[in-house]
Amino acid sequence: MSDVTPIAAATTEESTQVVAEIVRETVRPGWRTRLAEQPALVLAGVLVVLYAVTVWKDDSLLTVNGVRSILLLACPLAVFAASQTLCMLTGGVDLSVAMTANFAAYVAANQSGRGPWIALAMALGVGVGVGAVNGLAVGVFKVNPLIMTIGMASVLLGVVTVGLRGWLAGSTDVLDVVRTVGSGTLIGPLPTNLLVWTGISLVLVLGLRSSGLGRVIYAVGDNQIACRLAGVRVWQVLLAVYVLSGLLAAIGGLLFSGTTGSVGVDQTNSYLLPSVAATVIGGTSILGGTGGYTGTILGALILTVLNRLLLRLEVSEAFRQILYGLIVLALAWSYVRLTGQKVREGGG
Amino acid sequence: MTTPLLLETSAVAKAFGAVVALRAVDLRVRPGEVHALLGANGAGKSTLVKILTGVLRADAGAIAIHGRPVALRRPADAQGHGLAPVFQDPAMAPDLSVAENLRLTRVDVPAVRRHLSDMDLGQLDLGEQVRDVPLPFLRMLDLARALAFDPQLLVLDEITAALPPDLSERVFAVMRRWKERDRAVLFISHRLAEVRAHCDMCTVLRDGRDVASFVPAEGGEGQIVAAMLGEAATVVREEARTRSATAVDVGDTALLEARNIGAGRHLEDVSLAVRAGEVLGLAALEGQGQDVLFDVLSGNRKADRGELVVDGVTVKAHHPFDVIRRGVVLVPSDRLQALLPQRSIRENIAAPLFNRVTRWGPINGREEGRRIDEAVQRLSIDTRAASQVRRLSGGNQQKVTIARWLARGLKVMLLFDPTRGIDVGTKHQVYDLVRALADEGAAIVMFTSELREIGLVCDRSAVLHNGRIVAELPADAGESALLRAAHGLETVPA
Repeated sequence: MSDVTPIAAATTEESTQVVAEIVRETVRPGWRTRLAEQPALVLAGVLVVLYAVTVWKDDSLLTVNGVRSILLLACPLAVFAASQTLCMLTGGVDLSVAMTANFAAYVAANQSGRGPWIALAMALGVGVGVGAVNGLAVGVFKVNPLIMTIGMASVLLGVVTVGLRGWLAGSTDVLDVVRTVGSGTLIGPLPTNLLVWTGISLVLVLGLRSSGLGRVIYAVGDNQIACRLAGVRVWQVLLAVYVLSGLLAAIGGLLFSGTTGSVGVDQTNSYLLPSVAATVIGGTSILGGTGGYTGTILGALILTVLNRLLLRLEVSEAFRQILYGLIVLALAWSYVRLTGQKVREGGG
Repeated sequence: MTTPLLLETSAVAKAFGAVVALRAVDLRVRPGEVHALLGANGAGKSTLVKILTGVLRADAGAIAIHGRPVALRRPADAQGHGLAPVFQDPAMAPDLSVAENLRLTRVDVPAVRRHLSDMDLGQLDLGEQVRDVPLPFLRMLDLARALAFDPQLLVLDEITAALPPDLSERVFAVMRRWKERDRAVLFISHRLAEVRAHCDMCTVLRDGRDVASFVPAEGGEGQIVAAMLGEAATVVREEARTRSATAVDVGDTALLEARNIGAGRHLEDVSLAVRAGEVLGLAALEGQGQDVLFDVLSGNRKADRGELVVDGVTVKAHHPFDVIRRGVVLVPSDRLQALLPQRSIRENIAAPLFNRVTRWGPINGREEGRRIDEAVQRLSIDTRAASQVRRLSGGNQQKVTIARWLARGLKVMLLFDPTRGIDVGTKHQVYDLVRALADEGAAIVMFTSELREIGLVCDRSAVLHNGRIVAELPADAGESALLRAAHGLETVPA
């Protein structure tokens, strides 16, 4: 190369230094990189700050009762969000959770005369049945989950409305066991429904991480063709996911009816979109394949505290809604900003 | 008077987290030169190409074009400076027509047509939907699209991988034309014979550095391979594997047998049988029904006619699971089809272990770990970027798709062009592995678009033409006999 003069000027030493710096940042990362790799820490941080701000407006949150009320209200949301987490990990969503919950809780209260165990079994049966229909439609008949579950919600509303004049007619009486679990206190600030929530959390966090079903749920969300070629029957996985989603929705509905002590055909509907929001804020990808329930738990707590804060602000309901929406968007956006950088660069 | 270089990079570097793709690369391309960029998988070729075409930004280093320093921040910058890439996977929207796709890129469509007819492809219908155009033609279209920008430097990233020989020839003609116009071509290929025959200069990357730069025709394949692999493996065995016919008593019953299988328009009537310990090579030109045949054998598609027999049992396959549970497994050529890109190496390898409901319970971590470690070691998979397989190099990804079946266990392995786009070192690992699996009693069916591989790895070969097996040849039949048969010409029995 003697006949050419090098023009581009950069030395190997400089480049080596730059690269070494990048590697050092990864191997012994600075606070920003570290945070990006620990989304749960970031979310916990957001929760603590939000809680502190809310305390400034409402110091009852420092009392045993205040803490208890947050946990009590977060529980049904977190259970609905558990449904969404499972569905979203496969790249789907379940917009029929609220109607499934209403239906299941109504059935349990209406059929309480048959004894608590039968009534409970019927309520859970409603959840499983609705989930099975959703799962078959999405898994076997390849209906888009969004469309299928919106349709299902609408069908359920119709079924309940018609049922009220026939087989669901008559008095409703929330079961004692549901009432106790839904509104009782375990000890100090811990409500009884926390027992159910903890159980669900353990099953989901451990199950997603180290069970065969957990693995295939992530796999289906990541690449369905690869699943098929690996011999995984995708429809079985989707069926299982939507059945679990329906079951969780029914449990959430029962817990809510236990807390309020009554049932109604649309009483949990306001939880539907927050359940999706809690999952997204918790870091589960809408497109499937990444995320988990730990983030969702924090997402549900964050939204519950946020709700409390907004209620304490002396502004109109409309403005409250706008603020809520903006904050949810900001949280989701900053989450992607913080953790999404590697996704954009990719390659190698 | 010195001629300014057309392209010069100086100490270009790029790191993805802890994985350093490029440490410091100097590349010098003169006008009127076809310059080969070579290197093993993970050496940094793709990253360098992405930097040169503005897809990625270098972390350090400088780039000059015609003597002037330039900043390539986005693909439009690179295009403005006369750099036009043709990538490994043509990025086109499958549901749009070819013409609509071209319009999206704001290219001069008449110019694309002109370049197509220059390449004797004037008959291509630009109104056709992209999903209906076979991949080789898409690549040629992508080439014509790049040419329409009339670039100073044409960057061809593995364009000849998966191109049939006649189309490859047309690519070489384009390269010669570009050279005569005193422009330049940066040519990336794993086919060293092509490099030796068509390139004036080559630069070899290893481990993110440029380690050698020489005239390939003088150095020969030996020097290239030595530079690519470093001291550790200066000698790569190119001679045919010594086939240990005695390793397994080749039984009379076939492990996998296809009887008069036909499906769709492209697969007429195929019968073949593979016994334990045997590697059957399948050769065909592009589009002779080989992909349909593999889809049927792997249970991914139902056959319209005929019978599939696995280890003496007739199998009605409705889903890949139906053949996988009998030990018939597929390694597809498109790694993106087989992998879970966002999941870890471990989860990718373990995926087939959970393909039945009875395995959905808690995972025995130790048992799983043992199986996976065994497979990872056997294939010497580089686990530095283990958390997401999409960060692995192509060769490592291919190893992961093979490893999952080793972890599961197998009787018959179907390999569809398993070495497409992977480097020499990894190719030889694949060859060795295929022979070893056969010696352990597996039956192997391997389709390859590189005919040389049939002599290297297979015990015998079958040639597919127009959806039928037109010839069965011994492994040592030679490339010309295979080619004649693949074109549907009579073969003289050996």
